[in-house]
Amino acid sequence: MLKRAFKTWFLWELLIGLSVTGRYLFKKKITVEYPEEKTPLSPRFRGLHALRRYESGEERCIACKLCEVVCPATAILIESAEREDGSRRTTRYDIDMTKCIYCGFCQEACPVDAIVETQEFEYATETRGELYYTKEMLLANGDRHEKKIAANIAADAPYS
Amino acid sequence: MSAMDMAIQAGIWALEILAIAAPVALSVAYITYMERRIIGWVQVRQGCNRVGPAGLLQPLADGLKLFLKETIIPTQANRVLFVAAPLLSLVPALIAFAVVPFGETSLFGIWGHPHVMAVSNLNVGLLYVMAISSLSIYGVLMAGWSSNSKYPIVGAIRSTCQMISYEISMGFGLVTVMMLAGSLNLADIVHAQAGGLLHWYMIPLFPMLLVFFISGCAETGRTPFDLTETEELVSGYYTEYSGMWFATFSLAEYGAMILISLLTSILFLGGWYAPIPALDVIPGTVWLLGKTAFLIFVFIWFRATFPRYRYDQMMRLGWKIFLPWTLGWIFVVGLFIYTPGLDGIINFWLAWR
Repeated sequence: MLKRAFKTWFLWELLIGLSVTGRYLFKKKITVEYPEEKTPLSPRFRGLHALRRYESGEERCIACKLCEVVCPATAILIESAEREDGSRRTTRYDIDMTKCIYCGFCQEACPVDAIVETQEFEYATETRGELYYTKEMLLANGDRHEKKIAANIAADAPYS
Repeated sequence: MSAMDMAIQAGIWALEILAIAAPVALSVAYITYMERRIIGWVQVRQGCNRVGPAGLLQPLADGLKLFLKETIIPTQANRVLFVAAPLLSLVPALIAFAVVPFGETSLFGIWGHPHVMAVSNLNVGLLYVMAISSLSIYGVLMAGWSSNSKYPIVGAIRSTCQMISYEISMGFGLVTVMMLAGSLNLADIVHAQAGGLLHWYMIPLFPMLLVFFISGCAETGRTPFDLTETEELVSGYYTEYSGMWFATFSLAEYGAMILISLLTSILFLGGWYAPIPALDVIPGTVWLLGKTAFLIFVFIWFRATFPRYRYDQMMRLGWKIFLPWTLGWIFVVGLFIYTPGLDGIINFWLAWR
């Protein structure tokens, strides 16, 4: 009875609440200050697309168009023709990043690991047009990130 | 008095007013910064730290942004009242500072005896502060009414009701201070608390300290009593305000917060006196501003900790708990002062006997 009156009139429970927030005031902050710091990314991270090449420099894509078919957003557009050496290659391989939903189905569908999604996610542009990636741009992406892509595929291999 | 003397006097007054208004405006800006940082820290975040070193230029950026924004006056609003309302809530918050004594100084020994550092050392200072701070209700009411929109009017009615309710218990809380100090002059009230921590009025009037400070939260519309500017009311009485007029309202709110903190330190925490008389070598103004800064921190701490009151709970607290409790304490203090035998206990704090 006396204890309860004491707790009421000295605002005991409010003081407990204040002590909790007071302790949190000095805790280590968990903010990741983005442009300077970044969170770790999974090897399965699905970011900007890339077309890969073999070590010989030959492009991997064989124009089977499985990715175009599986793409739920119809973001991929492929045209193909026979090359002089008789192999079938793409003449056009466009991905519209404004349509893409980054589901990763294209990567799963690809029989030769040609189209992959990289860990690159900072490619914002000022116009929509710049987000329309052509074959040359995708191949350039692949050349730029090849080491990382190969390492990520290797890291994910035991689970796929 | 010649024209020259009058001009000099006017100049001195202008400087005195500037010496108070400018630091108040500046500290309002940095209180908003500290508020964001502290609430961030409590929530294990960093808070704003992008603009300038450690985010110290953030208030300036905010001010600039608000200043450059368009002030929208709704077509159906009453233009005159709509523009007058923010001023009417800012002006009382600022002119109340006129009687606040910021300390005592003999100007490095030039003056024979210490002067009180206040724009006007009014002998009814406490009454003046109470009267002026009640005026800010008009600003709120006018803002709500002139907006001619339903959320502002509901918010304004709630705000007014809340401010009036808590004004009463605040006033009765101050009566106990007057009973002990025997004066309405704020400087005299501080003098009555000279002689260290035990002489401060927070000892005999501890419940009144709580009532006064919590009522202050309600008076300034701070958490946990900020239900007048909640999301469900679309920020209450200033829904329709934008740009600089909106900023004027928050300037008034934070100014009132500084005022309440200053008054609490002056009335209950010994003003410019150190807790131990030996520490009085540190200038009194530093002590007063330190105590005030701590109380402002407590305001922010409250905001980081407590959820809002529901409207009926808030009214219950004001009328059914604070009001009887303050009235009861007035009775108890009076009893102690005038009962032979009991007055020996209270004489320790009684300045006028």
